[in-house]
Amino acid sequence: MKTPRELAEALALLANEPGVWRPFAGGTDLMVLFEAGLLAHKKFVNIWGLKELKGIEVTEEQVTLGGLTTYTEVQRSSVLQEEFPLLCQAARETGGIAIQNRGTLAGNIANASPAGDSPPALLVYDAEVELVSTAGSRRVAYADFHTGYKQTVMRADELISRIRLPRRMEGWRQYYRKVGTRRAQAISKVCLAGAILMEGSRVADVRLALGSVAPTVVRCRGTEEFLKGRELERETVEAARGELIKEIVPIDDIRSTADYRLRVACNVLAEFLMSA
Amino acid sequence: MAEILENRKVSVTCRVNGEEQTLLAYPMARLLDVLREELRLTGTKEGCGEGECGACSVLMDGVLVNSCLVPALQAEGAEIRTIEGVAGEETLHAVQEAFIACGGAQCGICTPGMVLAAINLLGENPQPDEARIRNGLAGNLCRCTGYMKIFDAVVRACQGGLATETQSHGE
Repeated sequence: MKTPRELAEALALLANEPGVWRPFAGGTDLMVLFEAGLLAHKKFVNIWGLKELKGIEVTEEQVTLGGLTTYTEVQRSSVLQEEFPLLCQAARETGGIAIQNRGTLAGNIANASPAGDSPPALLVYDAEVELVSTAGSRRVAYADFHTGYKQTVMRADELISRIRLPRRMEGWRQYYRKVGTRRAQAISKVCLAGAILMEGSRVADVRLALGSVAPTVVRCRGTEEFLKGRELERETVEAARGELIKEIVPIDDIRSTADYRLRVACNVLAEFLMSA
Repeated sequence: MAEILENRKVSVTCRVNGEEQTLLAYPMARLLDVLREELRLTGTKEGCGEGECGACSVLMDGVLVNSCLVPALQAEGAEIRTIEGVAGEETLHAVQEAFIACGGAQCGICTPGMVLAAINLLGENPQPDEARIRNGLAGNLCRCTGYMKIFDAVVRACQGGLATETQSHGE
């Protein structure tokens, strides 16, 4: 492991030996895998101290989070508490305090697990990810970031420098529900983040994202389109379950079963819609 | 050759319980092992070794971390406080007193982590409500006492004017 003094030095390491160095921040995932002998990488760039990747900036249009923003920092930010409560709730339900003090948003994104807690919230907020390398920086819509199970558009020479959240949630009612084996320290079986904008009893707009029900976290655009413009009545909610089933593909694994996940995903969707 | 050099021990300087230490450690060695084996600070326990149980909790730069998930190199320049650095010369920390008074310890493996999690919680919020106490201890597992006595101990520590106590031990 090497500790670069500044971002440029870290990016040079990544660029000069592509795929050899692995970025290492709070270590809450990587250290577990390393100890278990499950990491192909032998060399790690310690990016934990890089100031360029820290901090929360707020402008009129957006909130910009440094990639190294921890779950603890997310929970303490007043603008996130007020406008992006799903992200705060995801942060609160990730691990325990010691994990929240070290785990980072960029780590949660780059780890690319379909069971991550913050990704569904980021999808609902139409987040944008900024990737940086010695070649410069580029922005990717978070919705396009994950391309398959543990696959992303990130290159081996890139770091996640910023996550941007557009400040356009005024008037939206928001909902987050993580279902795990226990309240604390559990990895989710199903996780739903949702936001809905009502015009009277009619759905003006809606966003839905689910974790642990597909190879990646997913925005459920089919169900969203179905709901838009409809009166939010019991029949609509029941029909929405049928739409949701069409676009998620949960599996049996060590944490749960496909049947359970499907049923619970529909139930949390109904809970979200009925509480509107 | 490069590979061999990578695997050499490096010098890591940090402060542990107020004393500066220069340690020789492999960069990816767990802080937990360095504390226990190099410094013989065996109060920090290993439970799961994967960040689930909190037995290895220490305070690093003032915040609670799982020392099993911190590579030694990341401790460079850090201020670390283990359970051995919690009590005063002659007196126990108020949280320790409360754990004794309430019987909040049985086999003792989770206790150092529980005490540090409680100190971390009360340092941030001297008067936490019930939900905050539960949340503050949620990352620490106990397999003996059933948690209520531990919970009671933290409540007792809050009531005992811990705010000033915690500050006097603050970083």
